[in-house]
Amino acid sequence: MASEDEIFEKVREALVEALGVDDEEVIPEATLQGDLDAESIDFLDIVFRLEKSFDIKIERGELFPEDILTNAEYVEDGKVNDSGIAKLRERMPFADLTKFEAEPSVQNLGQQLTVKDMCNFVAYKLAA
Amino acid sequence: MRWFWIDRFTEFVCGSHAVAVKGVSLSEDHLHDHMVGYPIMPNSLVVEGMAQAGGLLVSESYGFGELVVLGKLAKVKFYSCVRTGETLTYRVQVDTIRDDGAAVSGTAHVGDRLHAKALLFFARLGDANESLQGQQLFQPSDLRHWLSLVGIFEVGVHQDGIRMMEKDYPLEDCSDDAS
Repeated sequence: MASEDEIFEKVREALVEALGVDDEEVIPEATLQGDLDAESIDFLDIVFRLEKSFDIKIERGELFPEDILTNAEYVEDGKVNDSGIAKLRERMPFADLTKFEAEPSVQNLGQQLTVKDMCNFVAYKLAA
Repeated sequence: MRWFWIDRFTEFVCGSHAVAVKGVSLSEDHLHDHMVGYPIMPNSLVVEGMAQAGGLLVSESYGFGELVVLGKLAKVKFYSCVRTGETLTYRVQVDTIRDDGAAVSGTAHVGDRLHAKALLFFARLGDANESLQGQQLFQPSDLRHWLSLVGIFEVGVHQDGIRMMEKDYPLEDCSDDAS
């Protein structure tokens, strides 16, 4: 089982390769979309690299549950409702959703995902 | 201008790799502007050729039934200029194919000379995209025509060596399309 440092190193390498950012920019608190300028297609690239790096399988929507964010049952007026938030917590046990829950606009979820969340996701997958 | 940037496949192995060729000719209008007096193949169109070859390879994995779009190019490098009278050979290799998209490595050669290489990422848009857009974005019959022009069914094989058959890919236009 990889250590926290090993996971961070490999996640950092994947993000540097996928996003063309410098090593120093990839810190745990950095947000993927905000600080590292990741776009939606970059997530596909990142997922491919993580799968290869860690020999894991990442299903569609597992890292970023777009199916919840586009479901009328969970989203009202562009904001995720309480059942949606509960669903997100269930699907994303690796992510710190505190900030998102304070202002649950759909576009905020992607913007708040951090490098640390990504590392936690990998650790969660490796432990499964 | 017709947007065909590969002329023909010389090799096509489903889910694995493909090789396609593109002849660069003085009869192509845009070469007289790029550049004036010194016609060279624009590298943006070299990349488009790689993307078309790779895109069809990926699209076959989805049964040629869904929209596959080029989403991202990475690590693109060019090493030379391609002149009229030369033939580009594109080799594309699947790195990963998933439900939501694929990654393909591509190279472009002129004979033995490496001209370009790139990583191409394709997104599979699927049925949801068509329902959101409200109309079909391509006609299956247009794709069938293109596949025929580039000779996919003349050279294409599955990984077990069995020939690809046109009848295995239902490329029929819907009779009630919204457009």
